[in-house]
Amino acid sequence: MRFTLFHEFGLYGTLLYQSLRSSLESTTYRMNLFQEFVKIGYESIPIILLTGVFTGAVMTIQTAYQLGNAFIASSIIGSIVTQSLLIELSAVISSLVLAGKVGARIATELGTMRVSEQIDALESMGLNSVSFLVVPRILAGMLMFPVLYVVAAATGLTGGLLTGVLTDTLPAFEFMKGARLFFFPWDVLFGMIKSIVFGFIITSISCYKGYYATGGAEGVGQSTTQATVLSCMYILVADFVLASLLL
Amino acid sequence: MDSSRTPDTTSQEPLITVRDLSKSFGPNLVWKDVNLDVYKGETLAVIGRSGCGKSVLVKHFNALHKPTTGDVLMDGVNIFDLDYVGLRQIRQRFGILFQGGALFDSISTFENIAFPLRVFTSDTETEIRDRVMQALERVSLAHAADRSTAELSGGMRKRVGLARAIILNPEVLMYDEPTSGLDPQTSDEINDLILSLSETLHITSIVISHDMHSVLKISDRVAFLHDQALHWLGTVEQLKQSQDGPLRSFVRASEYALT
Repeated sequence: MRFTLFHEFGLYGTLLYQSLRSSLESTTYRMNLFQEFVKIGYESIPIILLTGVFTGAVMTIQTAYQLGNAFIASSIIGSIVTQSLLIELSAVISSLVLAGKVGARIATELGTMRVSEQIDALESMGLNSVSFLVVPRILAGMLMFPVLYVVAAATGLTGGLLTGVLTDTLPAFEFMKGARLFFFPWDVLFGMIKSIVFGFIITSISCYKGYYATGGAEGVGQSTTQATVLSCMYILVADFVLASLLL
Repeated sequence: MDSSRTPDTTSQEPLITVRDLSKSFGPNLVWKDVNLDVYKGETLAVIGRSGCGKSVLVKHFNALHKPTTGDVLMDGVNIFDLDYVGLRQIRQRFGILFQGGALFDSISTFENIAFPLRVFTSDTETEIRDRVMQALERVSLAHAADRSTAELSGGMRKRVGLARAIILNPEVLMYDEPTSGLDPQTSDEINDLILSLSETLHITSIVISHDMHSVLKISDRVAFLHDQALHWLGTVEQLKQSQDGPLRSFVRASEYALT
């Protein structure tokens, strides 16, 4: 058990080291970089919009419910919703959703390429498979996740505001007043830093699990499950570490 | 077997030299102390039971696997001592037909064959098209250029894999079970294709197979892996007359009557 854990960390570390070294070979990975921007970024926008809107909506309803009997200004609901979305929820919930969408795709894609010898075929041609397959996915993840965080935060705030208006909980100007009252640019920056880290966690773990997949269809299935579960787990751990260090 | 194809192995320097090669995966020994020379222009078949490590052995020839101990020399240079650039140059001297074709399933047949050209040459689009069509014609699949790889049959996938393997004009072609899973007629077409490529392109071929009909038809020499070692090495004529127990047993089990 202990040996397996060390072995796994060793392999993961080796892959990251190779990726770092390979990141200098831009001619190899730039062929796939744009494609990964589209797959990780553009194609994730619908699910991020959906996640963002509902997170914001639920936050408004629950905050209003929790503060229902308190003698405080209703605009405070806007403040709580805004800060919660910017600091925590937009980054964490959208990353957990993307661990399923992006992480599973990467692990399945690379795992299938491994077991059908497509990765061996790339290597046998003299191509650096880490540079060609792993580097563009990790880079695209780290660059696209902050963009998706901004989309999630913007739609979350919109969803929260609209829900407040449509349910007669608080008028739009009260929500905006509260949002502006406790808005700190650092919160957005913190959310973006978190999403870069989460993007790295999801893409690197999924690449690792897919790249070293073994055992045919069953092995690819196991790698995909492990990639998704581990990504979610490490997102939560990293969330705690970042909050402890940066807040 | 045309005896004129059998190379004179005594008078030339080997292209690939395998010295005291051993391989283990964790505690499991695959084979040990393998010594073997591959000569320019010959067709060497590596035979043995499933799981005896034929593919593992051959994947050491271009450093797709690293040995536990031992060396592989190409033109006298130990390939495991090379840096990445040196290794890339060695690998580009090889073409490999993988067992299932190993075609990239996200791109078309044409793009699969064009892939090495796009990555490693500065050919124009017209030159790439010409070279790809030429390779496809060589494997009689010019009509399938625009098809998705998912639409190809097993035999067609192998032929596309072969077209991709030869597109950069390699010196050595390695075939991993080229006829497995194919009907006898398609197997024979693949055998003829391998023979024709060896003769017209003067390629050194290494064939992994347990299809003895195919081995006897296309090979000059045969290496037999058995009992975690290179058990027997010789020409096809020597194989036919060999009284070695495990070898005869393997050949007989392949339902091929020795003559």
